[in-house]
Amino acid sequence: MSDIVLQIDGIEVTANEEMTVLEAAQKAGISIPTLCHHEKLEPYGACRLCLVELESRGRSRLVVSCLYPVEKGLVVKTRSEKVDRIRKMILELLLSHAPDAFDLQDLAREYGADKYRFAKEPSFCVHCGLCVRYCAEVKKKEAIGFVNRGTKREISFIPEIASRECWNCKECFPLCPTEALQAAYVLAKAIAFPATAE
Amino acid sequence: MDNDRVDQITDNHKCECGHSGIVEGLSDRVDRIIDKHNCKASSLIQVLLEIQSENHWLPKEALDQVAERLQVPLTRIQQIATFYKAFSLVPKGRHGIHVCMGTACHVRGAQRVLDTVENLTGIKPGETDLDLKFSLETVNCLGCCALGPVVEIGGKTHGKMAPAKMADVLKNYE
Repeated sequence: MSDIVLQIDGIEVTANEEMTVLEAAQKAGISIPTLCHHEKLEPYGACRLCLVELESRGRSRLVVSCLYPVEKGLVVKTRSEKVDRIRKMILELLLSHAPDAFDLQDLAREYGADKYRFAKEPSFCVHCGLCVRYCAEVKKKEAIGFVNRGTKREISFIPEIASRECWNCKECFPLCPTEALQAAYVLAKAIAFPATAE
Repeated sequence: MDNDRVDQITDNHKCECGHSGIVEGLSDRVDRIIDKHNCKASSLIQVLLEIQSENHWLPKEALDQVAERLQVPLTRIQQIATFYKAFSLVPKGRHGIHVCMGTACHVRGAQRVLDTVENLTGIKPGETDLDLKFSLETVNCLGCCALGPVVEIGGKTHGKMAPAKMADVLKNYE
């Protein structure tokens, strides 16, 4: 396994060839904001917040660092005017879904995002897929999945599996960047056990 | 389906599956469709489409059976079944009425045709009547704008429709 040397924010970073730009940056102690990344899970590229600017052969382009494999001689900028502008926009769009999520508010402060810019449409879920992927990849239970598509896409528990597995697990709860997951679980529980619903 | 065929299919079962038999005959039909596709997980959408076209909708029992026999998680099936408009998770009528609301049909009075259909069948778009005879949907364009206003019933296209003609057309469906 050969080491690859690349430059992130002016610092020389060595990485091995299976790493992504995000992992290389994290190894070098450079922080890149993420919502849908989890070290135990396959990269997913849903939140687009980890987007960085790459410079190669005199041109710059934007890629999501959690999916982009490291390359020899890559020049990465994790903060630039362009990157910050796009991250601010992404945050504002996500905040219209989940205006009160703490993770999003912290990032909004950093990037100067205005949570009232877009009309609120609180679905509370930002479709990061952490719960869905964690359940499928780590726990192998597949109790929760996405249903519908487009603007109606949402997470949904399978009541039969949830009533068997979720009560003793709940490991996906702390992963959720908003509080949508817990609400969905309460709903699934209410459907699975109508008698015990509070 | 004759008995020989049922026996043959039962003998050929490669996957372990319990027959719930909640819906009479449905579980056998689903089994036959799955066997036709050799129990392959990659044929999931084909299997679902065939169940949909035979049964007009995808009952929960059928999805459970497909999940078990194809070894596909139920969340995945649910995701696919809710993603495509071709699938329905609620019962649909024997005849699907599609009223075209595209621009050409619209200017030629599609709205009045739709109102008439609603009055005659007693259902609104997206609904199904209680005898499972009709399901009503609006569509954005059926692609034959010269025939507008167009109404498609059970796959058959009725062009140049008018509110007054609607009752005569619907009479032909049982």
